[in-house]
Amino acid sequence: MSNVESSIRPALILGDKTLHDITEDVCRPIEDKPNKYWWMAFGLSLAIFLWWLLSVTYTIGTGIGVWGLNKTIGWAWDITNFVWWVGIGHAGTLISAILLLFRQKWRLSINRSAEAMTIFAVICAASFIVVHMGRPWVAYWPFPFANQFGSLWINFNSPLVWDVFAISTYFSVSLVFWYTGLIPDFAIVRDRAKTKFRKFCYTILSFGWVGSAKNWQRFEEVSLVLAGLATPLVLSVHSVVSMDFATSLIPGWHATIFPPYFVAGAIFSGFAMVQTLLLITRKVLNLEDYITMYHIDMMNRIILITGSIVGCAYLTEFFIAWYSGVEYEQYTFINRATGPYWWAYATMMTCNVVSPQLFWSTKLRNNLFVTFFLSIIVNIGMWFERFCYYSYFITS
Amino acid sequence: MEKRYWKGVEELRNDAEFVRLKNNEFFEELPVDEVLGQKADEKDATPRRDFLKFMGFGVAAASLAACEAPVRKTIPYLVKPDEIIPGIPNYYASTFFDGHDYASIVVKTREGRPIKVDGNELSSLTKGSASARVQASVLDLYDYARLKGPIAKGAEAKWDTVISDIKNKLADAASKQSKIRIVSSTIISPTTKKVIAEFIAKYPTAKHVTYDAASQYGLIKAHQLAFGKAALPTFCFDKADVIVSFGADFLNNWISPIEHARQYAETRKLNDGKKTMSRHIQFEAQLTLTGSNADDRYKLKAGQTGAALITLYNALASKSGATTINSSSKTDADKALNTTANELWNAKGKALVVCGTNNVNDQLIVAAINNLLGSYGSTVSIAQHSNVRQGNDEEVAELIREMSSGEVGAVLFYNSNPLYSYPDNAAFASALSKVGLKVSFADRADETASKCDYICPDSHYLESWNDAEPVRNKFSLIQPTIQKLFDTRQTQELLLAWMDSPVTDYHEYLMQNWRQGILNSTAGAASVVDWEKSLRDGVAEHAVAETEPSFIGNVATAAEAIAARKTSGIEVVVYEKAGLGNGAHGNNPWLHELPDPVSKICWDNYFAMSPAMAKAKGLEQGNVIEVKVGNVSVKGPVALQPGQADDTITVAYGYGRTHVGKAGNNIGFNAYPFVNFNEGSLNYIASGATVNKTSDDDYLLASTQTHHTMMGRAIVKETTLEEYVKDPQAGNEHEKFSTYKGKALAKELDVWATAKHPGFEAPLNHWGMSVDLNACIGCGACVVACSAENNVPVVGKDEIHRSREMHWIRIDRYYTSDMDKEKAKEEGVGKLSMYGLMEIPAENPKVVFQPVMCQHCNHAPCETVCPVLATTHSSDGLNMMAYNRCVGTRYCANNCPYKVRRFNWFKYSDNPQFNYYMNNEYGKMVLNPDVIVRSRGVMEKCTMCIQRIQYGKLEAKKQGRKLKDGEIQTACAQTCPTHAITFGDYNDKESTLSKQSKNERMYHLLEELNVQPSVNYLTKVRNTHQTNSNKEA
Repeated sequence: MSNVESSIRPALILGDKTLHDITEDVCRPIEDKPNKYWWMAFGLSLAIFLWWLLSVTYTIGTGIGVWGLNKTIGWAWDITNFVWWVGIGHAGTLISAILLLFRQKWRLSINRSAEAMTIFAVICAASFIVVHMGRPWVAYWPFPFANQFGSLWINFNSPLVWDVFAISTYFSVSLVFWYTGLIPDFAIVRDRAKTKFRKFCYTILSFGWVGSAKNWQRFEEVSLVLAGLATPLVLSVHSVVSMDFATSLIPGWHATIFPPYFVAGAIFSGFAMVQTLLLITRKVLNLEDYITMYHIDMMNRIILITGSIVGCAYLTEFFIAWYSGVEYEQYTFINRATGPYWWAYATMMTCNVVSPQLFWSTKLRNNLFVTFFLSIIVNIGMWFERFCYYSYFITS
Repeated sequence: MEKRYWKGVEELRNDAEFVRLKNNEFFEELPVDEVLGQKADEKDATPRRDFLKFMGFGVAAASLAACEAPVRKTIPYLVKPDEIIPGIPNYYASTFFDGHDYASIVVKTREGRPIKVDGNELSSLTKGSASARVQASVLDLYDYARLKGPIAKGAEAKWDTVISDIKNKLADAASKQSKIRIVSSTIISPTTKKVIAEFIAKYPTAKHVTYDAASQYGLIKAHQLAFGKAALPTFCFDKADVIVSFGADFLNNWISPIEHARQYAETRKLNDGKKTMSRHIQFEAQLTLTGSNADDRYKLKAGQTGAALITLYNALASKSGATTINSSSKTDADKALNTTANELWNAKGKALVVCGTNNVNDQLIVAAINNLLGSYGSTVSIAQHSNVRQGNDEEVAELIREMSSGEVGAVLFYNSNPLYSYPDNAAFASALSKVGLKVSFADRADETASKCDYICPDSHYLESWNDAEPVRNKFSLIQPTIQKLFDTRQTQELLLAWMDSPVTDYHEYLMQNWRQGILNSTAGAASVVDWEKSLRDGVAEHAVAETEPSFIGNVATAAEAIAARKTSGIEVVVYEKAGLGNGAHGNNPWLHELPDPVSKICWDNYFAMSPAMAKAKGLEQGNVIEVKVGNVSVKGPVALQPGQADDTITVAYGYGRTHVGKAGNNIGFNAYPFVNFNEGSLNYIASGATVNKTSDDDYLLASTQTHHTMMGRAIVKETTLEEYVKDPQAGNEHEKFSTYKGKALAKELDVWATAKHPGFEAPLNHWGMSVDLNACIGCGACVVACSAENNVPVVGKDEIHRSREMHWIRIDRYYTSDMDKEKAKEEGVGKLSMYGLMEIPAENPKVVFQPVMCQHCNHAPCETVCPVLATTHSSDGLNMMAYNRCVGTRYCANNCPYKVRRFNWFKYSDNPQFNYYMNNEYGKMVLNPDVIVRSRGVMEKCTMCIQRIQYGKLEAKKQGRKLKDGEIQTACAQTCPTHAITFGDYNDKESTLSKQSKNERMYHLLEELNVQPSVNYLTKVRNTHQTNSNKEA
């Protein structure tokens, strides 16, 4: 392959591939029979999905009381998972939009999968919104739709309505972005299709892409426009989610630092999740030449930076609690660190602040095993952050 | 000959094949084999696939047909009774008395069924108030566990046969000269007593034995010895300046709590600039509700009560010049007793001493003390005696002896369940088995009734005619408010039938007795009009013109008996809970779900002990222990109770029923066996107990409050009377916040409302509520009243343990802690350990109660966060909830600083998991049709009884007038015995609420949040010199 990169930068794709090789490699997972690793991963995912389906059926059938919520703790499992999943999604958008604008070409071999992760993470997040409701069968009511219920409308003051807009916008933009990027790939698969049915499906999916210069020009324009649209979303979505807490008057929730710190946490956890998934993917689908150590090193750097921002935010919160002079606020923080849930707080601090510091070492950044392990640790830590901060608080 | 037709020739011929086929359901043979077997391919049979098609269609059609909603029949009146207008409630005056509690009541009925019981304002005793048990009594009417008809020898029977059988057997017993005994709890109905007297006249071997599970025989007998009159005195706490109580829980359970609570609160309210209040000192072992309200409270082991009374008597006698008693005994509170004596003596004539033990010698000393203080005739009266306890413990003991010796031929149990509540119920049971005829009038097959030959279920009091005389010459009537639900008969009618009375209709009998007896005046028998007036009012009260008799008691003999007591070791004090009482209403889920006012534990009884004692014994909350006194041994869980005397274990009776119904069976354990017969009466204190930890798994106690102190926050603002007199705003300092314009109150810091734009103001009415913390005693009547009014579901122990109780109003109870911020600063205690220590209640804490309901904030944090506008503000200041719009995000509850919002985690009605009253046809009849039963997944909370507001507004509108203050009452305010809760209109400048909101004591809960609640609180004022916890100064 003709390499246009400057020689001081490492090659983006290893193995001296031609364009045809790349096409072969990319299409192989779709055209070949899946290998046993794929089946294992798929089986595991399916089992977890069925378990989820069973649990959700039971929850919706019996009532949300089957969860351990109570009159003071109205959200716990639901909000923790919702915020965690939305956060996970952020990496995909960041890779595809912000890194596009910054012309980080290394993103190209991972952006599609990261975007796919975003889409499914947002679906997961949305599922928790629906399931957590007392009456999920009327989950569509928070949407502003013309209705015959009388003059019923939604409450634009409510952060939950902002959530509805933020999440649905985020989902639709991410979906379009993802799909747009897929169109040329669909066309390749279409052109290589051996069966009529396959050809038919991919013809529809590829929207008549022929690979002409005009096609590519429009493609790049649309990508740029979508990146421009998606970039503010990277920052805004989790800011809006954080306002569920920031605008409330519960000590420990009512904090102005939440928007930036949520966004940092989201990117942090999102990249960790991308690492987890891609390390598995490159192994299972033999894509080591495409998802290279360079990618892994780069993403580890982002994890290091955002992890440190998150750590800084934790300390700032403590400082502000002390500085505000509000003793209830202070007590909330002291209790969070030393109260009955100290273990959750300790887990969070260890996983989110201490463990990413290992990535200062180049050697560790380039160690697959360490990276995989830490990416999981980071996501555990972020889950506990969501858990500590939103589920557990002292009430008046 | 009979004419006969035939269907066809075959039938006429009646050949064998025809007969065979005729017996089949389908005349032609079903092609089962063909369908299922190999023959399916043959043309004339239904092929398997066709069969499946038909079946598929059939199943689909059947399920479609079944999809229709169940048919609920609404049957209109054929001839509508004049007084019933659908949607309009009717009210009937009546009386509640269950052998234990008395209240004159007004029953609210809707479409012919009673749905709510409230106090009758015309009664001078209860004055429109009701307690938790009175409020809950309406649910007992619809109890599915009630018998549907008479039972003879365990089988359903007919009334006629039962009545004649029993009559024959009674005659048989009478002819054999064997004894007939009517065993009842206290009867305060003069007409019922007349029926019994006539029954005894007819059957001369009969005798009426009164047995009270919660006996006051000691007090009755003491008054016989002291004044020559065997009766309960009445008390006037409102006339007392100094009240001293020795373990008497007079605000909660003792004799006439509703009346006492009102009187007590009258002396303690500081309305209209009043600067004086009574002083209340409590000496007790258990931390009772009354002790929690005391100005000063001293721990005193219950066994030392007698000795303490002698000390007090001697201190007073030496002041008055009377002879003192020789006594060498010491108590834990001698110092306090002496200062108390001074205070009592200074308030001579306006002092009152009461004692909670059921012991004749203790009570005689108390009578002597009150006599020394000149209390008889002012704060206590025996001339105007009370009738609410007449149990004679000695006669019950005699009854057991008579029964076991076979002298008793027949025993009739009326409103009495000794096989459950008698301490030695095994002895009672074996004695009872020797009686020839055993009849119970219980409304269910309870512990005693199930051992009887006949159960003749009595009607519920809301289905009955009767009368009552709770206090001498204060009469009230009981009238039916619904047609009898089941095939029950009033006991009085049965007695009338058995004695061949000319009048067998008890209604007729009652009316005659009233017109010729009770209402009788010098002019002769009262007219029907007079009777009807009494019936409408529910009460008829005459004055007592009699002076108090003089004291003739012998204090020295009583003191000797007290000195002879052995009181060492661990003692067990058996007490009564505010909810369940003596256990008679053991199947009432409202009462089980009502948290204990002090411990806040519901659905259980337990062995309570002080944390220090538990620590010494190596016990923790929930450990199962075995408590042994003599040969009585009972297992139960431990609960830690600050403020309790050391070496004292307290345990509530009324639990551990086995034959009461599904809600109440086997809840807790029976503590009656600890009661013992001593010094001539049932003694509720057992000393010399041993405690052993068992190897059983820890027991779960469900509590509605798990955090017990205020952590140094001004949630309940409190001051002392001294401070209050100096500055009425004492203890009510409003926090100010620094702004660029200088210090400002929270309410002055508003983003929206400015001087130019004051924000929204309710144009017509602005509803609100005021809670006087000085009047609230924490009894919990409001909680049950609210549940009854607003169809609040019962969720059960498990759900309460998960903090999911549904009560719209809760009463927070806080203990003081020995640690506070000043002390931490002085002693240099670090912040973390300070907060840690603050969580621990003091050894003998002061206790405060605070009812918390939805505060109806005018800047409501719940309203802004609801995505679908399900909770909004009304133009008259109410925070409203549209259940049908709620999607159940619970954000409102998260954002509520008062945590008053309740979520329907499950479907609480028609759900076998919540098998309480909303789960059957009868229980549902108690539901208030004006209030919707909430579905699963929606939020709910206090509405300030919006249905009552609406009703009141419409009534005023119809009559074309303005609403009067006090015309609309919320359920909680209406029932409150102390009138601590005031509902009203802020826009009516003359209303009590408006006046209270301008009081210096007024504050809002969590004022610093500036949510501008419509509910305000008045600071608590204690008449004490002590601060923080109850420590001897």
